[in-house]
Amino acid sequence: MPRLGLRSVAILYLTAILVAPLGLVFYRTFEHGFAPAWEALTTPETLHAFKLTLIITLIAVPVNTVFGVICALAIVRQRFPGKGVLNAFIDLPLALSPVVVGLALFLLYGRTGWFGGWFEQHDIQVLFALPSMILATIFVSLPFVAREVVPTLREIGDEQEQAARTLGANNWQTFWRITLPSIRWAVIYGVILTTARSLGEYGAVAVVSGRLQGQTETATLRVQERYESFDVAGAYAVSLVLALLAVGVLLAMTLVRPKEETA
Amino acid sequence: MTTFLTIVVVLPLAALFWESTKEGADGFWDAVSSPAAVAALKLTIGTSLVVSLVNAVFGTITAWVLVRDDFPGKTMMNAVIDLPFALPTIVAGLTLLALYGPRSPIGVNVAYTRTAIVLALMFVTLPFVVRTVQPVLQELDREMEEAAKSLGASELGTFVRVILPNILPGILSGVTLAFAKAVGEFGSLVIITGNLPFKTEVSSVYIFGRIESGDTAAAAAVAVVLLVLSFGLLLCIGVIRHVATRHERA
Repeated sequence: MPRLGLRSVAILYLTAILVAPLGLVFYRTFEHGFAPAWEALTTPETLHAFKLTLIITLIAVPVNTVFGVICALAIVRQRFPGKGVLNAFIDLPLALSPVVVGLALFLLYGRTGWFGGWFEQHDIQVLFALPSMILATIFVSLPFVAREVVPTLREIGDEQEQAARTLGANNWQTFWRITLPSIRWAVIYGVILTTARSLGEYGAVAVVSGRLQGQTETATLRVQERYESFDVAGAYAVSLVLALLAVGVLLAMTLVRPKEETA
Repeated sequence: MTTFLTIVVVLPLAALFWESTKEGADGFWDAVSSPAAVAALKLTIGTSLVVSLVNAVFGTITAWVLVRDDFPGKTMMNAVIDLPFALPTIVAGLTLLALYGPRSPIGVNVAYTRTAIVLALMFVTLPFVVRTVQPVLQELDREMEEAAKSLGASELGTFVRVILPNILPGILSGVTLAFAKAVGEFGSLVIITGNLPFKTEVSSVYIFGRIESGDTAAAAAVAVVLLVLSFGLLLCIGVIRHVATRHERA
């Protein structure tokens, strides 16, 4: 009996705050048929917003993947002063408000910021342009690969790596032939999480982008712009595409996870 | 690697500290203690505490059901838990507004109230406690529970004396993560709360407002408070993990 009670509580809880609202957005998007939703999605501004989100993600994800693997290797395999500090800094983006991240970049690259003046002299637009948006996205999605790879690296130990070195492999060969194959699922899982975070970033990008329609407006910013222009249908349509991407990410996660456990 | 981390993380945060103290300690204090900033911070911490408690209870129940119960659709339920993580926060806000806003089909309209803040925060922090408690419950030795029951302990007694002490570190670190996430949340609150100063304006939204009106010094001061809070919470999680694994390391 308590089992059934708890099950109902858990299901009700998830339905009320998760499933029901999402289902409703789905319904509302197609409330007046397929055509209006399609129209809202294919305006030049919306298409540009999706393209921009895609470009940012395509740059931020590889950068964070490489950095995450290097970082994880350093944390697990090496001893150096300041390791604790490094550990704390890597986790920070998880706990920090995206608005604070945006503000920090804003201050650094703004007109009066430390770097802002130099970039302005050399006619390079960082703030209110693509570079600052990429930096913001890299910052907020920084920890995911490292956090997935660290426990796996700890678990596999370094015996095989040492054996490879004894047999004459150099660092590079050891990494490609021994280390990478054994952490690959953790890396893939981290990449999936990083992608999800990059596609959905809002707060930090909202601060540094200046939100110029058709120029620095990403898909998430587009949702808010449409909503504030009283085009709720348009906001729902863009939201739905983002939600479907999220579901895709979930599917990928479910597919990868069992493999990670058996690897 | 250090260079990368310095450029991406350390330098921007240094610039943030610099800006917040530009007008001296008095300027910093004035910005942080202005009525609107204090009201926003109180609201942020208050709602985050409420949400953390809700998470502690419902997150644990959900994790328990996922590990110990078996019913059709459980796999689906397990996958759905991560959705708030994968879903962009702005979409989360809009989604909640569809069901609990002005056009609510069930007649519940909490838009632009503090209830809406709690609801949005519940949505975005949902996975944390579930995902930290679930693996611990999975690993838990069932023999301990059976021993307790065969020695005459009640269901509740077994839970409080045997299960709870084991999963408590998991609950605590999950709750702390949820709290940290709630304190910094922005995207899901922009649409649903209406950002009314002194009523529904949380700290992150307050900072955003200050930036928009060009008052970056005040924005930076409040941002530093949030930054210190985040760092402190991360340290707490580290301590909890350290204490929880003391037997394994011994």
